[in-house]
Amino acid sequence: MGKLFSKRNKEVFSTPLGMNNPVTVQVLGICSALAVTAKLEPAIVMGLSVTVITAFSNVVISLIRKTIPNRIRIIVQLVVVAALVTIVSEILKAFAYDVSVQLSVYVGLIITNCILMGRLEAFAMANGPWESFLDGIGNGLGYAKILVIVAFFRELLGSGTLLGFNILNYAPLQELGYMNNGLMLMPPMALVIVACIIWYQRSRHKELQEQ
Amino acid sequence: MKALRNYLDKIKPNFEEGGKYHAFRSVFEGFESFLFVPNATSKSGTHIHDSIDSKRIMSIVVIALVPALLFGMYNVGYQHYLAIQEDAGFWAVFGYGFLAVLPKIIVSYVVGLGIEFVVAQWKKEEIQEGFLVSGMLIPMIVPVDCPLWILAIATAFSVIFAKEVFGGTGMNVFNVALITRAFLFFAYPTKMSGDAVWINTDSILGLGKGQVVDTFTGATPLGQVAVSPVTDPVIVNAVGEPASFWDMVAGFIPGSIGETSVIAILVGAAILLWTGVASWKTMLSVFVGGAVMGWVFNQWGPDTAMAHMPWFQHLVLGGFCFGAVFMATDPVTSARTETGKYIYGFLIGVMAIIIRVMNPGYPEGMMLAILFMNVFAPLIDYFVVQGNIKRREKRLLKTTNN
Repeated sequence: MGKLFSKRNKEVFSTPLGMNNPVTVQVLGICSALAVTAKLEPAIVMGLSVTVITAFSNVVISLIRKTIPNRIRIIVQLVVVAALVTIVSEILKAFAYDVSVQLSVYVGLIITNCILMGRLEAFAMANGPWESFLDGIGNGLGYAKILVIVAFFRELLGSGTLLGFNILNYAPLQELGYMNNGLMLMPPMALVIVACIIWYQRSRHKELQEQ
Repeated sequence: MKALRNYLDKIKPNFEEGGKYHAFRSVFEGFESFLFVPNATSKSGTHIHDSIDSKRIMSIVVIALVPALLFGMYNVGYQHYLAIQEDAGFWAVFGYGFLAVLPKIIVSYVVGLGIEFVVAQWKKEEIQEGFLVSGMLIPMIVPVDCPLWILAIATAFSVIFAKEVFGGTGMNVFNVALITRAFLFFAYPTKMSGDAVWINTDSILGLGKGQVVDTFTGATPLGQVAVSPVTDPVIVNAVGEPASFWDMVAGFIPGSIGETSVIAILVGAAILLWTGVASWKTMLSVFVGGAVMGWVFNQWGPDTAMAHMPWFQHLVLGGFCFGAVFMATDPVTSARTETGKYIYGFLIGVMAIIIRVMNPGYPEGMMLAILFMNVFAPLIDYFVVQGNIKRREKRLLKTTNN
């Protein structure tokens, strides 16, 4: 057990959540972060889907990394990712149909998510299956974390709800003149919120700032 | 004046490093340089200082905005008393408009300057004058019914995200006042467009009590044209009477506070051109672009009322004049090369009319046209400069070869 959760493995798992976050530090996976974060529920489902796919594609590639011919490795990686994406997509359609309709093409487009290919190339091709699994979970959760933060603000300020429950749409508040911000539901505002998170993180951690 | 100077000199040490009120250093400095010409001079080398600095440019633009602002206040009152069909004296009409517009000006300046002060203090810089003009423009380009808290949010958003993150005054890519308006337009469309926001029908502090007449319609001329089923609609005023071309030129029509009167705006334009603050090239080419595109649509446009509206009417309605005179000529966000100014202005005029005619969702396209061309201003400059370099290179080769 001690070896499974060594210091290095803990770092592999935890740095993508903070100091090496795939969205705010590496600036990967931005497109889907803008597309699915208008509501909290699809953002959570999307985050979990990416986590599952990153983790298992990392494991699979890590297991066969020594047998993959270098010249066709991208195609092999794509086949693995595509298979996993298809499985997740079918599971969502079967058990969470409403959310899968809201996510529409973006589940299928996980295959083009830069985080996946990035982790496979940078980590799974050079590390064992257990480390790769932790790395995949860490990066997926790091991505999910940002998605949830962005979706929280967008749904709360844009629709006045959270997970579909009414938070701000009460008559007394509206008589005071409060209104939901329609711009929050549009992608530009998601970009502004992601930018604010990056701004916050970089001002907290001087080592992230470029000279 | 002398006493004020002495007083400032007396309290100055309090605001310097280690002083009691060090935290308000930037505020003090801002007020001092607002009241007096800074006495700092360059220490080394030879410098040529023009007497016109950015503070004076800003002041002149604010002065140029005053006619349109005063008329805007009068028109707010005029539209209100027209809607309740009551004859009120000049001062009652103006007073009503003044009370309706003043809170917006205060909110815009307090929020915008507040953020500027905080940022200046934080970055240990001097306060820049940039917001003087934006703060005046913002209340003039919103409808009179725009709630104050929304205006405050939009102003804060645009000062932070359109200006400070780019590096403050003079570094912004987009016109700050127009970003405020765009934020309002997309975030709170029910308070920024439609038929119900252009005329204030409530009484203010007991002034202007009355019942709105049955024939009341709050639609702007462009709003009416945009939804008209026939191709030559009769544009009506707030109580359903036909509005003449003179009404549109003089500005007795519903619209954003400062944008309705072509005459007041042209007075401002004269001030800007006479003092050399704004470029006549940009201004003229916006009008030419609008006229050309309007005329093209008149001849070959689709079969809608907007396309068939006479080209000269396009130029006097909506925010076209205001945008051409005060927004397009913004020296920071417009093209800087002389040839570029013609291209930049012309395309703003063309785009504005295209958006009006081709997009049924937006009866007015001036805001989007200017913001769109703001993005392209550096590109236009780049090509003008490159063209110049190529031409001179060719000339050089020719003379050396001979």
